[in-house]
Amino acid sequence: MLISNLGFGLLIITLIVAIYSGIAAMIGVTRNARVWAESARAAAVLTFPLLSLSMLALAGLIVAGDYQVQYVYNVASNSMPFYLKLTAIWGGQSGSLLFWCWLLGLSAFLVALRSWHSDQDLLPWIILVIAITLIFFLSLVIFVENPFVRFWRTAGGSEMVALFQPAGALPLIPLDGRGMNPLLRHPGMVFHPPALYLGFVGFIIPYAYAIAALITNRSDDQWIRATRRWSLVAWLFLSLGLLLGSRWAYDVLGWGGYWGWDPVEVAALLPWISGTAFLHSIMMQEKRSLSKRWNMILMILTYSLVIFGTFLTRSGVFSSVHAFSQSAIGPLFFGFIALTLLISLVLLALRWRNLGADTQLQSPFSREGLFLMNNLVMMGLLIACLWGVIYPLISEIFTGQQVTMGPGYYESVAGPLFALLLLLKGIAPLTTWGAGSSRSLGKRLLWPALGSVVVVIVLLLFGVRQVAALVGLGFAALVIIATVLEYSRAVRGRSLRLKEALPHAFWRLTNLNRRRYGGFIIHLGVALMAVGIIGIELYQTQTQATLQNGQSVSLAGYTVTLQSISSWDSNDGRNVIAANLTVNRGARFIKQSTPRSDYFYDAQQTMTVPGVYSTLAGDLYIILADWNPIYTNQATFKIYYNPLINWLWIGGLIFMLGTLVAAWPPRKSTPLAEVA
Amino acid sequence: MKHIAYTRLISLALTAGLLALAFLLPPPPALAQQPTPSDDAVNAIASQLYCPVCENVPLDVCGTQACAQWRDLIRQKLADGWNEDQIREYFLTQYGDQVVGAPPPRGLNILAYVLPPLAFLIGLFLVLRRFAPRAPANQPAPIVSDEAIARLEAELQQRKADASMEDE
Repeated sequence: MLISNLGFGLLIITLIVAIYSGIAAMIGVTRNARVWAESARAAAVLTFPLLSLSMLALAGLIVAGDYQVQYVYNVASNSMPFYLKLTAIWGGQSGSLLFWCWLLGLSAFLVALRSWHSDQDLLPWIILVIAITLIFFLSLVIFVENPFVRFWRTAGGSEMVALFQPAGALPLIPLDGRGMNPLLRHPGMVFHPPALYLGFVGFIIPYAYAIAALITNRSDDQWIRATRRWSLVAWLFLSLGLLLGSRWAYDVLGWGGYWGWDPVEVAALLPWISGTAFLHSIMMQEKRSLSKRWNMILMILTYSLVIFGTFLTRSGVFSSVHAFSQSAIGPLFFGFIALTLLISLVLLALRWRNLGADTQLQSPFSREGLFLMNNLVMMGLLIACLWGVIYPLISEIFTGQQVTMGPGYYESVAGPLFALLLLLKGIAPLTTWGAGSSRSLGKRLLWPALGSVVVVIVLLLFGVRQVAALVGLGFAALVIIATVLEYSRAVRGRSLRLKEALPHAFWRLTNLNRRRYGGFIIHLGVALMAVGIIGIELYQTQTQATLQNGQSVSLAGYTVTLQSISSWDSNDGRNVIAANLTVNRGARFIKQSTPRSDYFYDAQQTMTVPGVYSTLAGDLYIILADWNPIYTNQATFKIYYNPLINWLWIGGLIFMLGTLVAAWPPRKSTPLAEVA
Repeated sequence: MKHIAYTRLISLALTAGLLALAFLLPPPPALAQQPTPSDDAVNAIASQLYCPVCENVPLDVCGTQACAQWRDLIRQKLADGWNEDQIREYFLTQYGDQVVGAPPPRGLNILAYVLPPLAFLIGLFLVLRRFAPRAPANQPAPIVSDEAIARLEAELQQRKADASMEDE
């Protein structure tokens, strides 16, 4: 009881400190008083330790199993291991919102502690924007989704939930909790929410800088230079979150896929798309003083989509108009998004003239020309995805008819745009800033284009006939060949010029221009991911069969034979049904596979764990779909063959590596002669 | 006695032979016309449908009892000789547009498909406009008429004359 009150009290204190921080920042600006700005900064720093203590209180309640606390009852149970109890902090809605606030507190802490010599005028406004966002989310946690409320039994015998003991009521303490949703008890899902939230929260800092630059009427690119690495790190975590979420879906959801175009997935993808467009577009401002207005628009959009994504991923109220209107949290979120968007756009309109480009676009074949096209395609994707999320509501409002925007919609709209993006990625590294001509680009594109045509011909010879696959794999080949050729050309040049061994030259070159070559690695990762996506999306095969012991079913050249089925109770609160299967390819024994189904007694839910045989050519993915609880010699299996799927994960890892290279802090000084 | 024994043996052999033939021969056409649809045939249709309760989960992988019943219904319809389009239409009529993974392109739903490409085309137009050739900043001065040049020269001459008079 003491700990939950302490946790709640700390939240109240944090809210007061955040409000003070905002007010002090405002006074600092209006009176031009540095002492107030410094006070606002100190208050922003203080929010992080306060929120950390509140988080510790919640963690303590979960680990101790204090089931009188409603949140603990919903997400924890006695049988859950310690590490899962810790991850239960963000396993439910109110806990994850507190976790969100804590991450924002951490960001405020890091931003406030940085050196402010060159950006003194921006400081109070940045603190103000962060404070307003923090106040909103803290208010949600305190007044709407409080993780510290407890169960009580009233004198009349009825059960109720309240923060403090109601008059005449007694504490109601369940002996055990319901436990976390079993589907969330997976390494991918353990780290998926923190990664996603770090990405979400990370983008709030560049937004705060952008708004501060607008308010102070600074048309230079200082706000971009100060937050470039910050944006990259936010993007890194957002990408990691999406990747982990995909892997989780593949491993746990039992439908043989990695991405279902569910509104919650799309909501997490939206800020990633605008963030990706932003990261490309800011280079146009840095190198050519272009796109100042557009970068502002992208950052404002990303902030709104971060709030929208947080709301959607946690609430699930977007499924229908009724769910939305009945939710207390829905209108609040939308009110906040509308207000911040309106203020941001008014500020942008006021500074519009001052943010004009200093130079002109010279050629569509220049790098900035390609980046502009990249942004166009990204925006096309964004609109298609956003429309897919909100159209069901629009349809319900105007026609009363609910509709499902599933893969059929997204794949038809987004598929061609993804192909265009791949093509642009193949061409962009070959272009130069400023004046680029079609002739010089054509010359550099010759070998990669020929290489990609050869790949398409080979694919045709191997029997690939689907146009989408030929186009997609052809473009992926173009990206890989163009990137590798450009990279190797630069490495060889450096090696000859400075008489360095090739591996050393590669290392030094990458190290000296991490952003450029990190981008190259990212593009290679994307091309490999595209190969995996094309494989599973266009060539997945599946079958379903009910087998008795000794019976077999075949798919994609593999023969799967049921040997036995066994069932047991584990000592961590599960009832496990496992099938023992042999996988053969022709006469050759490949492996023993044990797909299983775990029933969690505490949560009263089932989780399917597939049996997977993985190779670079594809995955044989076996799911125990159904079984007879009485006769344990028969079960139904769903078997998928997912060609090339592992290239999606390999490409994802390379993508993350590239982002890490690009975001890595530069060395303090670099000899000028070494810069390639 | 011996004769009776032989007759029995022959009739037993014939019966056994006929029974063996009955098992070995393919079933009569009347039975072969309505085979039980395979799980794969059911799933091929179910994967295109969504039940209104389980949001965004295709029918072929949904584990709920309601979805299992829908799959049984598809199996029944297939056994009755319905094709995929007929079954899809049946579910659309019974449960509304929500049962299919993408809204049928009719009425307001057309907007779902038209708006994203339209927005993209508008964006493309705006981008291409930025690439349109504009007058370069260091363009040559516009051609001035002879009359204007003569007027300027006369004015210069006048100023020079004024200046020389002041010097004197």
